[in-house]
Amino acid sequence: MTGAACALYASRAGLDVIIVDRGPVAGGTTGAGEGNLLVSDKEPGPELDLALLSNHLWAELAQELGAAIEYEAKGGVVVATSPGSLIALERFAVEQRAAGVVAELVAGDALYGLEPHLAPGLPGAVHYPQDSQVMPALAAAHLVRASGARLFTGRTVTDVLRRADGTVRGVRTDNGDIHTPAVVNAAGTWGADLAALAGTHLPVLPRRGFVLVTEPLPRMVHHKVYAADYVADVASDSAALQTSPVVEGTAAGPILIGASRERVGFDRSFSMPALRALAAGATRLFPFLADVRAIRSYAGFRPYMPDHLPAIGADPRVPGLFHACGHEGAGIGLATGTGHLIAQTLTAKTPDLDLHPFRPDRFPDRSPEETT
Amino acid sequence: MTDRPHLAVIGAGPAGLAATVAAAAHGVRVTLLDSAAQAGGQFYRRPAAELRAHRPQALHHDWRTWERLRDGLDTHVKAGTARHLTDHHIWFVERHPGRFTVHALLGPEQEDPVAVHADAVLLATGGYEKVLPFPGWTLPGVVTAGGAQAMLKGTLAVSGRIAVVAGTGPLLLPVATGLAAAGVEVAALVESADPKAFVRRTLALAAQPGKLAEGARYAAQLARHRVRTLARHTVVEGHGTERLEAVTVAALDGAGHIRPGTGRRIPCDTLAVGHGMLPHTDLAETLGCRLDAMDVHVDDEQRTDVSGVWAAGETTGIGGSALALAEGHIAGRSAAARLRGRAPDPREWAAAARTRTRLREFAAALDSVYAPPAHWTEQVTDDTVVCRCEEVTAGAVREAVAELGAGDVRTAKLLTRAGMGWCQGRMCAPAVAGLAGCELTPSRRPFARPVPLGVLAHEHTHPTERGSS
Repeated sequence: MTGAACALYASRAGLDVIIVDRGPVAGGTTGAGEGNLLVSDKEPGPELDLALLSNHLWAELAQELGAAIEYEAKGGVVVATSPGSLIALERFAVEQRAAGVVAELVAGDALYGLEPHLAPGLPGAVHYPQDSQVMPALAAAHLVRASGARLFTGRTVTDVLRRADGTVRGVRTDNGDIHTPAVVNAAGTWGADLAALAGTHLPVLPRRGFVLVTEPLPRMVHHKVYAADYVADVASDSAALQTSPVVEGTAAGPILIGASRERVGFDRSFSMPALRALAAGATRLFPFLADVRAIRSYAGFRPYMPDHLPAIGADPRVPGLFHACGHEGAGIGLATGTGHLIAQTLTAKTPDLDLHPFRPDRFPDRSPEETT
Repeated sequence: MTDRPHLAVIGAGPAGLAATVAAAAHGVRVTLLDSAAQAGGQFYRRPAAELRAHRPQALHHDWRTWERLRDGLDTHVKAGTARHLTDHHIWFVERHPGRFTVHALLGPEQEDPVAVHADAVLLATGGYEKVLPFPGWTLPGVVTAGGAQAMLKGTLAVSGRIAVVAGTGPLLLPVATGLAAAGVEVAALVESADPKAFVRRTLALAAQPGKLAEGARYAAQLARHRVRTLARHTVVEGHGTERLEAVTVAALDGAGHIRPGTGRRIPCDTLAVGHGMLPHTDLAETLGCRLDAMDVHVDDEQRTDVSGVWAAGETTGIGGSALALAEGHIAGRSAAARLRGRAPDPREWAAAARTRTRLREFAAALDSVYAPPAHWTEQVTDDTVVCRCEEVTAGAVREAVAELGAGDVRTAKLLTRAGMGWCQGRMCAPAVAGLAGCELTPSRRPFARPVPLGVLAHEHTHPTERGSS
């Protein structure tokens, strides 16, 4: 997704773009994502600024591609499960409002007006009308097509070619060399490997998540609904399994249930404890789900960064190398802003956002965690 | 008997029954689980007891083998060395260190959970029918060849007066003769393969006197019922508005294209169509077993590469009931020995191993002869629905391939929803692969069948687990 967005904005900025992927379109984390375009789960700071820019750009793209990418400005509802958590939620929302987020406190009956099938007795929630959704694989494929870039799928980058002075001059693939003065690393969870091929370092680690998909239903869940503890889980650094219920209906009918987080490397094996926890969380929020059947489940690997911020921009250690990866679970949402900022950087324009917090060389050369 | 090691056998068809009888006779306690109300699987499917069929064997050959297996199972159930859990719909097999939990759903709505704990599992999950789409294939009156046969075996009846049997594979013969014997006029048997190619396989066939006799018997039955066989022909289209009224069939050239001008219309109200079988591998795949192409990989003892998991029958490669019996027997013997802590002596099952070798060669020969027309996708118009669950047309799949860069089944699924519905692509994956021009590869389906979230959310135990066996 991020690569597709970089291609689209770079091409619209007048550059000649080639996309290289070792798999198919949307074959990595994109194809395993839910397609969230969220502002609700982000605290004020550089990531929220990027999310607001990205949501604006997504809305623009939706004008031309909306139906094809199943864009839906459905809004998010963050539910408090106790009076105490409602106070904390409201405090969080106050800070977000100051940063430009629309956040409306809903309590009592108003909450059940938004989501009639929520469990009874919940104290309230915060409604975020800006939260939206796309179908991520379709979004990636249509952005690639709209970019007009040449697409080489099933082609693996085996080396980043550099001159004697260290500047990038192209990439070597298993099917020939591609010469270019600029290489954008949009390899997502595998971004560390590409950085290594260029002789540099980027600490992207996989953080596994499962999604449960139900049988198709008439619309029972209208927004993206999640419990307040989701925000804490997203921000956590723990490697252990964490689950917090995230429930949403889709245009196609099935309800998607997330979100589990655990750092177990690239282990794709099915985890019964993770799925039981997801199902338990979802049925607590929406009791009617207990009788609804899950028809499938899939795992994906979020590109986790130690400080939860992506790497965006030029790598001063390797002239000609640019990074656009490490968005953890927000990659679909942040893709448009990232692509736009990368295109501005590539064409030597002043980026709309200060890229300093996202600079790729902000990490020490080796974190102790990676060597274990 | 509770001190015996415990083997869970999943699937009560020929492989599962043979495995159960062999393992129970050699010192292990066996729980045989199956989704049907009676043992036998698809092959030994029989009329429901309330139909009081006098001669169910009329629809089966090898009835004596079935009786021997059934009696063997009954003996072990009475002795307490085996139990047979019917109507158990298994959705997941969970692996723990050194043991397994088989999760099933019970009841008419399949919503009551049961968990069976075992020291090892033997997967005999069988296969399912492959059907490729063509214009009109979704009309009422079009049934799968296997479905028609199941109807005959299970209810002794079929709807319809005039039938065409079409597709490819050895299953078409018994379906055509079965329908004819049940009083249906079989207007044609349309086989896309070339029977002459079969004769060229004399080496494999010469070693199969039983199979030759079987083929000759079907040929005689077809002649007796005046069933016309159209070899190297294919169904191009099904016609009808409310339901099927006719089909157009056409001849194929050597390269698998339609010969222009050979189309002819055959009036019929039933079309039984099938293009071979695919193995059920969902449980094996989720357990982490290695698959070779579409088949569960097994060693000479029928062990998968996951410790404690055996597999036998169609799930390890489509080969028919006789092969399934041999594999099931070997798997049961091996599992019994290994669970009792000793390495088995393959000489114990030498006869079954010889049968297995012979029948695998025969299956490979069949496989090389019976194939859908090489260019079957040319008949599939853009408005033909390919994925029936999600109503995705061939045109949508082609667009995803040509315009959006989908070159494999998974990406085509992500971009079109083909295969995302209730059947999870079991039906449409071969068609999508064909349209995308790629190899069919196994899909990951963590849930072998849909499971209520309320069941998933709770750990369940069930009284059957503490049964007296």
